[in-house]
Amino acid sequence: MASLYPARKRRNALWMGLSLAATMFGLGWLVLILGALVGQGVGGLSLDLFTQITPAPGSEGGGLLNSIVGSLIMTGIGVAIGAPLGIMAGTYMAEYGRHSRIASVVRFINDILLSAPSIVIGLFIYQLFVVPFGHFSALAGGVALAVIMTPVVVRTTEDMLNLVPNQLREAAAALGLPRSIVIRRIAYRSARAGLVTGVLLGIARITGETAPLVFTALGNLLFEWDPRQPMSSLPLIIYDFARSPYAAQQKLAWTGALLVTLAVLGMSILARALTSTSAPK
Amino acid sequence: MTTMAYEAPATSQTSAQARERALGRFRLGDRLFYGVALAAAGLVLLILVGVIVSLFVGAWQAFATYGFSFLFSDAWSAPKQMFGAAGPILGTLVTSLIAMLIAVPVGIGIAVFLTELCPKGLRRPIGISIELLAGIPSIIYGIWGAYFFKPAMQDYLQPFLIKTLGALPVIGALFAGPPLGYGVLTAGLILAVMVLPFITAISRDVFETVPAVLKEAAYGVGCTTFEVVRYVVIPYTRVGVVGGIMLALGRALGETMAVTFVIGNATRISTSILAQGTTISAMIANQFAEADEGLMTSSLLALGFILFVITFLVLAAARLLLARLDAKGAR
Repeated sequence: MASLYPARKRRNALWMGLSLAATMFGLGWLVLILGALVGQGVGGLSLDLFTQITPAPGSEGGGLLNSIVGSLIMTGIGVAIGAPLGIMAGTYMAEYGRHSRIASVVRFINDILLSAPSIVIGLFIYQLFVVPFGHFSALAGGVALAVIMTPVVVRTTEDMLNLVPNQLREAAAALGLPRSIVIRRIAYRSARAGLVTGVLLGIARITGETAPLVFTALGNLLFEWDPRQPMSSLPLIIYDFARSPYAAQQKLAWTGALLVTLAVLGMSILARALTSTSAPK
Repeated sequence: MTTMAYEAPATSQTSAQARERALGRFRLGDRLFYGVALAAAGLVLLILVGVIVSLFVGAWQAFATYGFSFLFSDAWSAPKQMFGAAGPILGTLVTSLIAMLIAVPVGIGIAVFLTELCPKGLRRPIGISIELLAGIPSIIYGIWGAYFFKPAMQDYLQPFLIKTLGALPVIGALFAGPPLGYGVLTAGLILAVMVLPFITAISRDVFETVPAVLKEAAYGVGCTTFEVVRYVVIPYTRVGVVGGIMLALGRALGETMAVTFVIGNATRISTSILAQGTTISAMIANQFAEADEGLMTSSLLALGFILFVITFLVLAAARLLLARLDAKGAR
């Protein structure tokens, strides 16, 4: 009977080779996409980008000022609502209801919201904020972003507070501190880097969101400060201009795409650095 | 701490009162903080309920008009006021299926590479690079797909598929038609790349929970790396891997922007995966902002409702599987 060894060795080499190939395949896409972004986007980086508003169809030049400002305003609204809401809900789950029924229900629902299709969140906010007021607005866009950001913050906050050693809480309680002060002065303080990470991850998540803004903030080619009006944002302008027939607009779309990607990846790397160095162990 | 059982001496009367007041403030602050935290947690639940209720209310007109036939008709025409969901629903399922067929083996392959083969020093950089793929916003996949991937499909992969698989008898119908570049297959492939990191991340995490003793025992009796993975690691972590796959499927089903750019947005159902198609999310993204009030808006909301129900079920299953694994790990 022939030995089994060579066949097993060949099989092993084949499958391990395939798993190496899979890794190359995955990394290859990253290189292709980032390469295309840099190749197409870098040429458009200039001062005009940050000082001019988006060009009308067919005209040359122009920048992304109104979209950048719009992105900042709507992300600001999203963070102003989503961060406190997420941190408080996470606090409830980690500090008050760690083993309670309601906390496990909220955890389950939150995990589902975490991956729920963002376009459906957009529809929800459209029904809630656009239909009653009769027009699209940056405020509705910001609220949609807040709804998308909240589950990210809830999840991270809960995980990070769970890492705070209970002895710290017990020591503080033994000194007679009321529970809310134990949480705010002890638990929050020792999990601070983790809480910041949660907010950063949330911002990274909503910075690139397009689908929920298409029919809440709608987009705007003009400069707009007023959050009650339709407003542009970087993802929205990429969505518009990438499908435009005009070269100037297409070029701006790529430059916007580069900006968004750099912002998102920068924030996720920063968040990772924060937790790996100073998270409570 | 709350009540003073003894009579305070007259001299410390004021300090006792001050103490009482301070405790009262603490109690109030405590209750307030608890109330806000509980309300925030409740609001998370309310968001889910709100999504379901608002979509269902908006979709009611379409459901009432069409009943169950809404699910099985592929007519979609604004001028004729005829709307059916079969085209987008099928498109959503087929693109996700294509994505999973590719992303599952590749994603698990990468996880195996990272946990079993990769030199220690390279593990972190490669792991982070794969996770960066998940961090890239979907609009970027969209613009990249439209400008780079679509032409590549049109020039190389699609003509190749038409020439080889398209010539085969039964499955040839799947690969019929001209190489347009965009279409269901292109969208499925982009989705595969997008959900790949989710499968890899979860598979890697659960692979790492396999006790070293088990693997060492297998190596000890002379197993090859492949045999260790196949007969020890994967059986031990099956539930977790399936949970990760379901999670990725949930993502693929609801993905919007990447798909909208490359699928071609045709509501007709075609047998060929090279043909143009649409998905629920692409349909909503394209048509909702300009939809007429009434039946069309309602039909799009109904599509949104259906999408949410499908992803809810898939994600709930994923979480239940992963929760079962957590319970096992804790024991």
